[in-house]
Amino acid sequence: MADYAAVNRRHLIGRRRTLVTPEGVDLQLSLADGGQRVGAFLLDLVIMFAALIALSLSALAIVGAFGAEGANVGAIIWLLGFFLLRNFYFTLMEIGPRAATWGKRAVGIRVIARSGERLTADRVIARNLMREIEFYLPLSFLLYNLSAGISGGFTALAGLVWTLIFLLFPLFNKDRLRIGDLLAGTWVVKAPKRKLSVDTLTGESRAEHYRFTEAQLDVYGIYELQTLEQVLRDDQADSIASVAATIRHKIGAADEGWDRDFLVAYYDAARARMERGLLFGKRREDKFDRGS
Amino acid sequence: MTPTLPADSRRFRAEREAEWRRLEHIVATAEGRSVKALSDEDLLALPVLYRGALSSLSVARETSLDLELVSYLEELCARAYFFVYGVRTGAGQRLRAFFARDWPDAVRGLWKETLAAFLLTLVGILAGYGLVTADPSWYDSLMPGDMAQGRDFRASAEQLRSTLYDGGSESGLDLFAAFLFTHNSQVSILCFALGFAFGVPTAMLLVYNGNTLGAFMALFSHHGLGLEMGGWLIIHGTTEFFAIILSGAAGIRIGWSVIFPGEESRIDAAARAGRGAAIVMGGVVIMLLCAGLLEGFGRQLITSDLARYAIGLTMLAGWSAYFYRPRRIPNG
Repeated sequence: MADYAAVNRRHLIGRRRTLVTPEGVDLQLSLADGGQRVGAFLLDLVIMFAALIALSLSALAIVGAFGAEGANVGAIIWLLGFFLLRNFYFTLMEIGPRAATWGKRAVGIRVIARSGERLTADRVIARNLMREIEFYLPLSFLLYNLSAGISGGFTALAGLVWTLIFLLFPLFNKDRLRIGDLLAGTWVVKAPKRKLSVDTLTGESRAEHYRFTEAQLDVYGIYELQTLEQVLRDDQADSIASVAATIRHKIGAADEGWDRDFLVAYYDAARARMERGLLFGKRREDKFDRGS
Repeated sequence: MTPTLPADSRRFRAEREAEWRRLEHIVATAEGRSVKALSDEDLLALPVLYRGALSSLSVARETSLDLELVSYLEELCARAYFFVYGVRTGAGQRLRAFFARDWPDAVRGLWKETLAAFLLTLVGILAGYGLVTADPSWYDSLMPGDMAQGRDFRASAEQLRSTLYDGGSESGLDLFAAFLFTHNSQVSILCFALGFAFGVPTAMLLVYNGNTLGAFMALFSHHGLGLEMGGWLIIHGTTEFFAIILSGAAGIRIGWSVIFPGEESRIDAAARAGRGAAIVMGGVVIMLLCAGLLEGFGRQLITSDLARYAIGLTMLAGWSAYFYRPRRIPNG
């Protein structure tokens, strides 16, 4: 993975993936978590199940309203509706511009092509037709066994192994690919959505009050600086107090109170110094990084 | 020296923030409703603003330590990217492209696999026919009970003849068609999906499918009803078997590319085969819809052997011409 980002993302690298746009910039998208994938799928199942109940009720209503003549029409509507729902709910939803089913939208994930090209219909069809062997086949197999009352140890075991292979497949590759994703050249990422927060971290304009020496500013690296930024943005009194105490101790500054102002001033000064360093190609990842 | 303000990175942000906000607004509008909701002015501005934001991102990554800013730009660029390089053709346009080009091209690309799937089915038919002719007791093991519907060696020639022309209960034709369509589609989707296991289950399904057909033929020709049975079968069978052979071919293509990926990596080869095969599968469902209609309505309403053969062979010629007739390669 390209290691050029000035921002320290060491803690994120595990789930970040390179996506180079045609302009040659790496967007570094985050893969969806296993939990999100499972949650989205369960939500979709609930939605499909609800749609199936609605379909059955309307088919029954038709039969009820038209009697024997309606029975045929009702049965046809049900059969075709069930077929469409089973095979094309996922496909039709993911072909749209948001590339996500309702379940995926709810948890905030979407499908993209692994290569960074546009997501085309053939990819969406391929990834969703594979659900046939990943999910529906074991399911119908299981239901059939239950209804037929076959408690054969071997068939049950075979069915279980089959199901587990496909179910757990995403856990055994680093990109969290289903078989369908593998075959379609897609993956599922977090759909980006974020508001830009206020940039300037302001204290009570006592910034002039503080003076730091170069040695004091060089104690920390990028990782610590960004952790400090996070603490200031979260703005929790107790964590600010403990962080301020730690930093004062580390750089040997006197405790004069005004914890937040002190931290903002230190953050500004340290960031200015590190950013200047960046311009000259000097990077310090964290406090242990002594350069080479 | 104690610098008090990281002036450069703040100025960098102040100079460009208005553009980022505008891009964000455009993208949010497009996400909320659709790209059509954008004014012409916004639509023209989108690609320019997007590339501006990308360049800001590159600069920010190299020079700014503001985690918030870099994350914001990354996500803004990603959102804009999905629109600039997203799917923009309408559904109608896409359907037209599918029928005019994508589907027949994909089918033609599978011609080797289609031939293999056809041969596998043929082997199945011959084996089924040969086995049942030699020893009728094979029939029951080759034919699933619910598919035979009383058509077995215990039935008389008269009974068998009636199954060919009576068409069962007249009232349920449309339902029968819908049932056949969904059932056959499910089988062919399975045929495709199982291709992933190196194509072996797909090949087995194809041979088995041929077996039942062969056994069926043997039963009827045993009673001297071969020609009549041919008409009963061919009216929809050319379409249905073509579709099943195509789905088998799609499965074989996937299995083959997993075993022999060529110069690509195994995953890339599988992904490429999977995409082409998926297009074929989209079309197979349509073919099976035709087959279901022919089987449910056409076969039950048309009882003349000649008409049945004519329709069946016309369908075959039509599909073949549609898929395999030479096409001009479009420029660009």
